[in-house]
Amino acid sequence: MKKIVLAAALAMSFATGALAQQVKVGIAAEAYPPFAAPDASGNWVGWEVDIINAVCKAGAMDCVITPVAWDGIIPSLTSGQIDVIMASMSITDERLKTIDFSDKYYNTPTVIVGAKGVEMAPTAEGLAGKIIGVQASTVHEAYVNKYFAPTAAEVKVYQTQDEANQDLAAGRIDATQADSIALDAFLATDAGKACCELKGAVADDPAILGLGVGAGVRKGDDALKAKLNAAIAAIIADGTYDAITKNYFASSIYGG
Amino acid sequence: MQILGAIQASTLPLLALSPPGWGATLLLGLWNSVQIAFGAFALGLTIGIFGAYGKLYGSPVVKDLLAIYTTIVRAVPELVLILILYFAVTDAVNQVLLSFGHDRIQISGIAAGIAVLGVVQGAYSTEVLRGAILAVPAGQIEAARAMGMPAVLLARRITLPLMMSFAIPGLANLWLVATKDTALLAVVGFAELTQATRQAASTTKAFFTFFAAAGVLYLLLSIVSTLIFSRIEAWARKGQRRMGG
Amino acid sequence: MREFFVPRRIVMLVLGLALVVWCVVALRWDWLANPKYQALILTGIWNTLWLLVVTMVVGMALAIPLGFAQAVGPWYLAAPARIFCGIIRGTPLLLQLWLLYYGIGSLFPSVPWIRDSALWPILRQAWPYAVVALSLSVAGYEGEVMRGAFKGVPHGQLEAAKAMGMPRFTIFRRIWLPQALHRVLPTLGGETVLQMKATPLVATITVVDIYAVSSRVRQDTFIVYEPLLLLAVVYMVIAGLIVLLFHWLERRVPTRSA
Repeated sequence: MKKIVLAAALAMSFATGALAQQVKVGIAAEAYPPFAAPDASGNWVGWEVDIINAVCKAGAMDCVITPVAWDGIIPSLTSGQIDVIMASMSITDERLKTIDFSDKYYNTPTVIVGAKGVEMAPTAEGLAGKIIGVQASTVHEAYVNKYFAPTAAEVKVYQTQDEANQDLAAGRIDATQADSIALDAFLATDAGKACCELKGAVADDPAILGLGVGAGVRKGDDALKAKLNAAIAAIIADGTYDAITKNYFASSIYGG
Repeated sequence: MQILGAIQASTLPLLALSPPGWGATLLLGLWNSVQIAFGAFALGLTIGIFGAYGKLYGSPVVKDLLAIYTTIVRAVPELVLILILYFAVTDAVNQVLLSFGHDRIQISGIAAGIAVLGVVQGAYSTEVLRGAILAVPAGQIEAARAMGMPAVLLARRITLPLMMSFAIPGLANLWLVATKDTALLAVVGFAELTQATRQAASTTKAFFTFFAAAGVLYLLLSIVSTLIFSRIEAWARKGQRRMGG
Repeated sequence: MREFFVPRRIVMLVLGLALVVWCVVALRWDWLANPKYQALILTGIWNTLWLLVVTMVVGMALAIPLGFAQAVGPWYLAAPARIFCGIIRGTPLLLQLWLLYYGIGSLFPSVPWIRDSALWPILRQAWPYAVVALSLSVAGYEGEVMRGAFKGVPHGQLEAAKAMGMPRFTIFRRIWLPQALHRVLPTLGGETVLQMKATPLVATITVVDIYAVSSRVRQDTFIVYEPLLLLAVVYMVIAGLIVLLFHWLERRVPTRSA
């Protein structure tokens, strides 16, 4: 009995006393190379992870990187399990209704990658009759649903971009739409090289595709937002941003 | 099949314990799963003991409330309950804290997992323990009452020990359910075994190898648990006449 | 009925109704008016229901030989059946599903003759994997239940049939199987509810069931709790219908207790 009571007490005292200035930075718990992916020892590595660390250092914040399911990342922010989202989340009007964003820290074009040898183009006519895979709750899902769904054979929704890539390689879908950097990384892998090729960039629609990627914060958390903005500006100004980018990419991904 | 075998055999070194192998990450995931399963099982048992007593001897209102609780939990998929509880409970706790002028608290993933699965387990524990208490011969309880034993002492010395032997098969089953339900926390991104496996598989593309390896780990956990529970059952039945069968 | 409506229950009902009214008024339900979501919700419910029915039927059909082999079969049939049930019951269904879909399914296209076969248009979809995984799960759990049920049929019945000169297969078909099924019928309703609770896992492999639809609404609109509440209500209604159906079935089956 004593053991049961002890365990129950343990379970009930589920609040871990956290330091007041500690900032929980939520990243998506799924591999999204080259931005963030776990290595074999379970540590998260990638361009975005390096940027998070640099931003936290510049802003003198005590950050804890907290992986959260992408699917529930906004509810996790609003319900207070994390304080910031830095998970390649684009700043869109739809999201701004629910949460707030810092200034952007990168912006890359959106592309379609499809099966090799199959004729298609990144337009509604070019994807007619095709099965398109997208990651759930992304700008790409919204875009595909608006522009391609009426003519496509089917739009399949995945929890992670990685699973969509996997199914593209397995021939279960004909094409996927995502950020150009993430898909470039996929095309550079053996599986990507074997199966697929770039079909081109989709026409921009800033209302859906957003104005670049920013750090998401709770509405009203203006102090934190100001701190993040200052820190992002600081790492761009002092060259840290470019130094990190050079480790991963040939050219800047800050975008216009 | 030869091709399949060749593809997958080359991925076996990925299971090594030290990087570049993912073995240690998987084992850490398993440890997280066991911790959550144990916490949830214990919390569920605590809820179950109170729930069973409430259902048997509580006031009519308590009985009705418990009936609502067990009915809802048993009719709604765990996945849905986990999402509702995971977001709603942390949100509610923080809203209350904020309205009293406190700061937000961070609820750790393990604690949230334990709380959520514990509430689910509690409903099933309530039913298992209620059945077990009912199976305790009424004469034993009446005899203790006739001796003037206080209610709490009676529960501790007579009802609970006697019902344990009836409850253990059901509880063993619940423990196995708890270990398997921890996999559902993968959907909220918690780094238990299934999520760790999924990350390893998607990074290395060796899907089959990793999911099969995780399956073996779960299976080992279930076999070890079954052995332990049959020991406990034998111990709990000590001194009891063997039932005909 | 009169016993049900005692004062405390009326108070609880009023409180419950107040909660429902509060939910309707205070929460956001405007998305329900969107015809796009209405159509999706119907599709989702339909997919959940047919998955449930098909996998229960297929699973039970597999469970009968599995249970029979374990109960009375020779060791070379009993042992594999027991191992199969142990594996299914010892590992999470979510993992089994992912092993099938992402593990085995992703190996198929590397085999040319599978990719070129007529089956490929089916194999590239998600639902066959969902059906297989859910059916095997039923087979594993119910195989264990059927084992007990076959063993529980009184020996006298079988001996009497044998003494009457009934052929072995007829004994199985007319005596053994019906009596075993009769024994599991009271538990079958509960098992069907458990199976219903397992169906939302298929949403993780892109099958559009009611759970996937609710996620879609959640993701499109950023409304968190309302789609989940609707989901809980839908599942509770389905569970209620299952329980009622099996009550009705049980009453239709004549019981002759010895």
